[in-house]
Amino acid sequence: MDLKTALYDWHVAGGGKMVPFAGYLLPVQYETGIIAEHMAVRTKAGLFDVSHMGEVLYEGKDALVNLNRLLTNDFSNMVCGQVRYSLMCNEQGGVVDDLIVYKYSDVKYMVVVNAANRAKDVRWMQAHAFGEVDIRDISDDMSQIALQGPLSTEILKKITDEQSIPKKYYYFNGDAKIRDVNCIISYTGYTGEVGYEIYMPSQDAPAIWELLLEAGKDLGLLPCGLGARDTLRLEASMPLYGHELDEDITPFEAGLHFAVKMEKDDFLGKSALERLGPPKRKRVGLTITGRGIVREHTALYVGTQPVGITTSGTYLPYLGKAVAMALIDNDFAEINTTVEADVRGRRITAEVTALPFYKIKR
Amino acid sequence: MMAIRSGLKYTKTHEWVEFTDEKTAKIGLTDFAQKALGDLVFVNLPEAGNAITAGESFADVESVKAVSDVYSPVTGTIESVNEDLLDAPENINSAPYDSWFIVVGDITDKVELLDAAEYEKLCAEEA
Repeated sequence: MDLKTALYDWHVAGGGKMVPFAGYLLPVQYETGIIAEHMAVRTKAGLFDVSHMGEVLYEGKDALVNLNRLLTNDFSNMVCGQVRYSLMCNEQGGVVDDLIVYKYSDVKYMVVVNAANRAKDVRWMQAHAFGEVDIRDISDDMSQIALQGPLSTEILKKITDEQSIPKKYYYFNGDAKIRDVNCIISYTGYTGEVGYEIYMPSQDAPAIWELLLEAGKDLGLLPCGLGARDTLRLEASMPLYGHELDEDITPFEAGLHFAVKMEKDDFLGKSALERLGPPKRKRVGLTITGRGIVREHTALYVGTQPVGITTSGTYLPYLGKAVAMALIDNDFAEINTTVEADVRGRRITAEVTALPFYKIKR
Repeated sequence: MMAIRSGLKYTKTHEWVEFTDEKTAKIGLTDFAQKALGDLVFVNLPEAGNAITAGESFADVESVKAVSDVYSPVTGTIESVNEDLLDAPENINSAPYDSWFIVVGDITDKVELLDAAEYEKLCAEEA
């Protein structure tokens, strides 16, 4: 039985093509289509219902030591109001999930996890908890709306006061107000654009959604589905759990060294990562130079030799070309190396390309 | 909302067929098909001269999300291919009944074809 977010009725009335995703019914696109939605986010703004994401509170005097022991990044030098990306590893160095951590205070943090992993993550967090900490899954009472695109700030300013809007990337305001609704406004996102993720009690989500759409109407804001969310994150070369990350892929293979602090005290997966040493394969970009589209889990070859596998791939609407991300043996991961993808029995050539495919200045 | 053109024949797999004479037909994808597929970004077409068989795939179309086969309603030989689609697959979305894929000649066999009214009913059931 699929769950519905607080915005389900709006999606159906608004022409959303509803599909099951991570246990929820969510729009893959609206009538406008994935390409128009993708372009709206790159050039104007787009609005996403991401209420399926999981939110977990860590509260108590041992909250920080728990997070530092459980996760790969180091949270000890964070300031209140800051956000930090991290991996959560298993004892073998594989990735249980990727997530972001919000610091409210020295004794209160919020961890935002992938919807599909939420139940597994909470079990994992509770199984590894120690000392004085209360771990609470608050996802069911919370909704999340992502406002993304170069005009996001202008749109947000129409419905909230200046102080409610965080000014720096990867910072948030936990005491923001939109009209009279208390919400969290976070300068984060999954599209590679300027944008905000807004958390609020589920009962208030429909009103905030409508308010944002109205505020952005004349600026070209479009509601966007999961389809555009996926093409946007791929264009921005952000990893997606289940594709670039899973329990058999290490953070180093995925190229996420910045989020793993080997110099900090022990954390789950550290000894395995030390033992494994430098990875033998790495995540790269591929530009498809042959005719066709190379999708996820496609085998890659140089001649007859298997050299890796794609993890995501499609046509990028803004850059106007087909690309993929792949895990490739180090020997073939050099930029400009030509490889071949086996697509339904047909060989399509591709060239190893630097990541990210798309990046804005912040 | 969905357009069906009278005078054409249709397959249960959402291709349209326009017979120009008894042995020659133009083939394309219907409006229902293009809507279900979403924005198309790539088309893989066969070559003129190829033999094709009723009920078998002769081309594929790719949207941002997925690849789908296009099935031949007839058995025959491909006389011409609409190569304009290679550079403008989005035309299939904007004008599905003008965006023919191939013309087939020497037709010797065909799958069960529906007329416009029957096809409209099928679409209503699948929607």
